[in-house]
Amino acid sequence: MNTLNLVIQREYITRVRKKSFIILTLLMPLLMVALTFLPLWLSTLNDGEVKRIAVIDQTGIYAPLLHSTETYQFEIVGEEQRADAETKVGTELFAILHITGDLSQDQGTVSLTSGKQSPQELQELIRSTLREKVTQQKLDQLSASGEVESEAIMQVREILEEKPSISLQTLRMEGDGSVTESSTEVATIIGMVFTILIYMFILMYGNMVMQAVLEEKKTRIVEVMVSSVKPVNLLIGKIVGIGLVGITQLAIWGILAGGLFSLLSFLVVSPEQVASMSSGMGGMADMSSLADVGGIPMEGVMRAILSINWLEVILFFLLFFIGGYVLYASIFAMFASAVDSEEDTSQFLTPITLLIMFAFFAGFYSVNNPDGPLAFWASLIPFSSPIVMMVRIPFGIPLWEKILSLLLLYGTFILISVVAAKIYRVGILMYGKKPSLKEMFKWMRYK
Amino acid sequence: MYLETKDVVKRYAHHLALNKVSISVPRGTVFGLLGPNGAGKTTLIRIITRITAPDSGEVLLEGRPSRAEDVYRIGYLPEERGLYKKMKVGEQAMYLAQLRGLSKQDAHRELMIWFKRFDIMSWYNRKVEELSKGMQQKVQFISTVIHNPDLLIFDEPFSGFDPVNADIVKNEMLRLKEEGKTIILSTHNMESVEALCDNIALIHQSEVVLQGRVFDIRNEHRPGIFRFRLYGNVFDLEHPSFTLLSKEPYHEFIDLRIRKAEGITSNELAKLIFDRYEVVSFDEELPTMNDVFIRTVTKEAHS
Repeated sequence: MNTLNLVIQREYITRVRKKSFIILTLLMPLLMVALTFLPLWLSTLNDGEVKRIAVIDQTGIYAPLLHSTETYQFEIVGEEQRADAETKVGTELFAILHITGDLSQDQGTVSLTSGKQSPQELQELIRSTLREKVTQQKLDQLSASGEVESEAIMQVREILEEKPSISLQTLRMEGDGSVTESSTEVATIIGMVFTILIYMFILMYGNMVMQAVLEEKKTRIVEVMVSSVKPVNLLIGKIVGIGLVGITQLAIWGILAGGLFSLLSFLVVSPEQVASMSSGMGGMADMSSLADVGGIPMEGVMRAILSINWLEVILFFLLFFIGGYVLYASIFAMFASAVDSEEDTSQFLTPITLLIMFAFFAGFYSVNNPDGPLAFWASLIPFSSPIVMMVRIPFGIPLWEKILSLLLLYGTFILISVVAAKIYRVGILMYGKKPSLKEMFKWMRYK
Repeated sequence: MYLETKDVVKRYAHHLALNKVSISVPRGTVFGLLGPNGAGKTTLIRIITRITAPDSGEVLLEGRPSRAEDVYRIGYLPEERGLYKKMKVGEQAMYLAQLRGLSKQDAHRELMIWFKRFDIMSWYNRKVEELSKGMQQKVQFISTVIHNPDLLIFDEPFSGFDPVNADIVKNEMLRLKEEGKTIILSTHNMESVEALCDNIALIHQSEVVLQGRVFDIRNEHRPGIFRFRLYGNVFDLEHPSFTLLSKEPYHEFIDLRIRKAEGITSNELAKLIFDRYEVVSFDEELPTMNDVFIRTVTKEAHS
């Protein structure tokens, strides 16, 4: 068997067999789900206590409109009891709502005093109730003035009561003129998931390559190895072996995620489940900033997920993953080979890490405008393209951009790995002083 | 000649590591590669093992330029050697053996033989990090010889071994030589050079300053010191053909160390003494390799 195969095999098998790998691979998806949903779920939990709010309404117009809920109990209190109520804030009373004047005349005549920071939810409840009343008051005043026909005002009232809600169907015009249904929200989430995956894997597995090179150098096994394996094979074997570990992990996660998805879609099929799921999702989402996404009914989400060209997304994900991983892994290996210990790597690694971070943030902001100049250029430049391109692909972009980006990426990675291999070959056998970049450049010319 | 290097030159950024180094290693012999630290020995070994390429010059194996596949005929035990700490001893030895071109079955069979020979079968499933340094050295030694190479290169093979294990390794080396293997031994341990080596090359400041059979070299480097044991207790001869280095009474004898002057033969010196005293014994001191090494290196440094 040739030595390259043996090296790949060893790198792969020793890692995949590790308990930490198995546990991480199986638990990570569960952990991710838990980390996403646990805070959401926790935030919906009631602390079980009914919060009492004293309403002191000098006008008497608004107080009766505030209806108590499961969590908040509004109690109308007279102005004369105000001092008494104030002493109870933070103990028996959660807050005092104080209205001193007609809000349709002066909007600043209402205040909420509480012992603790008052929840967003409570503020919103009070605000919407008051807003509705004030709108009516103003319409009443307008109708009383007789300047506008009462018929017109009736219609305005009706319109306001209807609260027209718009569900915007987003369609995308393909190059061939066909129109497909698209969902920006779903594309955003999928793009972000893949971007985070690529970002994570480049950092995680790039680091693993670096550790592996350093380990061989530190234990001096590399001296034994190079007498039977060509350094370039040792390097390729390491990068390929560790890359395969990454792909294995991704595949397992993909299967687990696919399983979870089919389970969900199966549940969605039964109508009562749909209802409970959507309300569950909606309820949770209302509490969070995810409100926009959660607003889409589950069926819609499922349809949107299925509408994405998964084959294309996964194919490009793999291509960009491989390109990005090999590019960065070569750089990591190159620098690791040149130094003797982890501490010495930081000087070289800081710029690389910053580059990856930049790519990650560029990807993050490209979500808002996947066809903007930042997204366009960052998805062509090889060092950021694997990370940024994944944000854009679910939105659908022209094929030539993808191909150009891949060509640039693969061209760069071939160039960089040749340089890396030359430096690695010399570096692994050099001990002592940490070399400068200039010296490393000279190594490239050694025979 | 089994292995030759011809005018090998290797230059690094700041210094010349090897300057026209030519050595010849006859088949079936032990060849000592000597020299102070930093002289260029490791670089030469790395060129022979094809880890690096020379800037100019060539390496000949059996008279023809060495080829890439020749690495499978070489077993190299580097001075700086290690093992994967987290791997099990057996797996690791299997891995290294397979890397050296053995099939899985052959590797396993050979390993069993060697593990029994070194009496380390019980380590097979232990992790390397649990072994002592000497134990690791044994595993490394095995992985160097497992593929039955014709040419063995040992760089400081005795460092880290206790005397018992060092002896085991020494005997293994002699056994390998008996089998017809060619061995290059790089070491600072001059006693082992005298005990094991047939030929040596001394590299100093990137150049070969001394090369040849160990016996010839020691012979050539005779400092011209003779030891005489005479009957009696008086020796008061003074003569321009020698200088007296020491004079020690020993029972009814007297022991002399005498340095012969230049231009005088041993016979002339012997005759001078024999004519005047009753000589019990007479011999010439052969220099140790240690002496040769130090004298050559310091002489080079002065000139």
